[in-house]
Amino acid sequence: MATYSTNEFKGGLKFLMDGQPCSIIENTIVQPGKGQAFNRVRYRNLVTGRVLEKTFKSGEKVDAADVVDTDLQYLYNDGEYWHFMDPESFEQYQAEEAAVADITKWLTEQDMCTVTLFNGQPISVTPPKQVTLEVVETDPGLKGDTAGTGGKPATLNTGAVVQVPLFVQIGEKVIVNTEKGEYVSRAK
Amino acid sequence: MPNKPSFSENISCGGQGSLPERLKKRSQLLQTLRAFFYARAVIEVDTPMLSQAGVPDVHLHSLFTDVRVPGETDRQRYYLHTSPEYPMKRLLCEGSGDIFYLGKVFRDGDLSPRHQVEFTMLEWYRIGFSMFDLMDEVVELIQAVLPEEWSVERLSYKQAFQRYAGIDDIGSATAQECMDCLNKHGVPEIVGVDEDDKALWEQLVLTEVIEAQLGQGAISVLYHYPARDAALAQISEEDPTVAERFEVFVNGMELANGYHELADAELYRQRFEASLAQRKGMALPSIPLDERLLQTLEDLPLPDCSGVALGVDRLFALQQGYEDIRQGIAFGLKDA
Repeated sequence: MATYSTNEFKGGLKFLMDGQPCSIIENTIVQPGKGQAFNRVRYRNLVTGRVLEKTFKSGEKVDAADVVDTDLQYLYNDGEYWHFMDPESFEQYQAEEAAVADITKWLTEQDMCTVTLFNGQPISVTPPKQVTLEVVETDPGLKGDTAGTGGKPATLNTGAVVQVPLFVQIGEKVIVNTEKGEYVSRAK
Repeated sequence: MPNKPSFSENISCGGQGSLPERLKKRSQLLQTLRAFFYARAVIEVDTPMLSQAGVPDVHLHSLFTDVRVPGETDRQRYYLHTSPEYPMKRLLCEGSGDIFYLGKVFRDGDLSPRHQVEFTMLEWYRIGFSMFDLMDEVVELIQAVLPEEWSVERLSYKQAFQRYAGIDDIGSATAQECMDCLNKHGVPEIVGVDEDDKALWEQLVLTEVIEAQLGQGAISVLYHYPARDAALAQISEEDPTVAERFEVFVNGMELANGYHELADAELYRQRFEASLAQRKGMALPSIPLDERLLQTLEDLPLPDCSGVALGVDRLFALQQGYEDIRQGIAFGLKDA
């Protein structure tokens, strides 16, 4: 298995820690004038998303992690797995719930997502930055109010709940920012 | 400054004033430093950067280049200095009197917000100065450069462990006590250090726990380092477990490292040989010793003196509030 020495550490490097794939966020060399050097490393566990810190004695080695980000199309959920496909090779991948748990509320069939593969298995899925979803439930609101002051909760067809302006009605399509979970505009 | 400064990889060099402004301020700093010494009758020496000998210290990595020397069939290996210490000591033996060097030195592999492979060092030697005399002068120089009057804290290495790490006697503390201290202070897990490597755990308490608290808004001077970290400092006559070596920290950043200089030629050779043996044990390349220095020390004893090296790029960064020393130099390693 390929390894990385501390002198190869840099932001974005993917390595294994306790069997889990991790990505370096920040690597700082601590080099006292007369003394052993260390690498102070902030990294993200790509499975849990947690940010952690460790300090490595310089010269230590870590195992490389086979991690790639790839653009895949979301196909469907069969109740147990979420299925994705590479639109060029038509290769299919199935993600377990843990990989999509936080973002299923943004997934619409046919949308392109960024899927992080670890040893060929999806470990996390990033939905498109903006998605278009349909309002399935919201208070009728006041007719003629187009100023957009204030807001009301609206349930979307994927189950997501976002704050929308008062004028948005059931059956309308809205554009939502998935990073912030915020309404952007009505879809034309 | 936060306790543990965290710096992004790519700080824009455009922050903190335009390039011409920064160049002007740097030029003024170099002028201030030189004026400080001219006023004290310390003369500037520009010792060679290339030497047939290198520094054996296992933590310093010399760059080298192969030089075409007329009369020699093969190119001759020369090392770029990591500090001007050896030639300056030869000059002191030859009767130079008080001297300073202000210029570039090179340390392979060091690149971080506080390091550049090529950086500017100020090193000076004062004849007849004790370690404490020189500590005072270093503080005076830093005060002359920093924009406001900073408070000064002087404490021994042992006192620093008492005050900032809660370790009463670091000399007799165990590796486990050092590890417990790191845990108690919430220091992230350390990877790759043997459980019983007390010296290294002790170093980690110093760098991870103590330095983070040292000199926040103050100039801190730590002195009487353990004898095993003496490098080329004298061992204290009152306490043979400590060396007459000091370090200066400002805002938790190591800025200067000074010694009451070792004089005995035989001790120099012993410490060099010990470093070479350590290199061998660590499978590091050997390095030719500075035989000219050793010979000079034998023939013409080094006058009683203290010397110190100070990182000028760090001093400039402190003066200007830069987060990365690269902001204060014309071009960093990756831009050169």
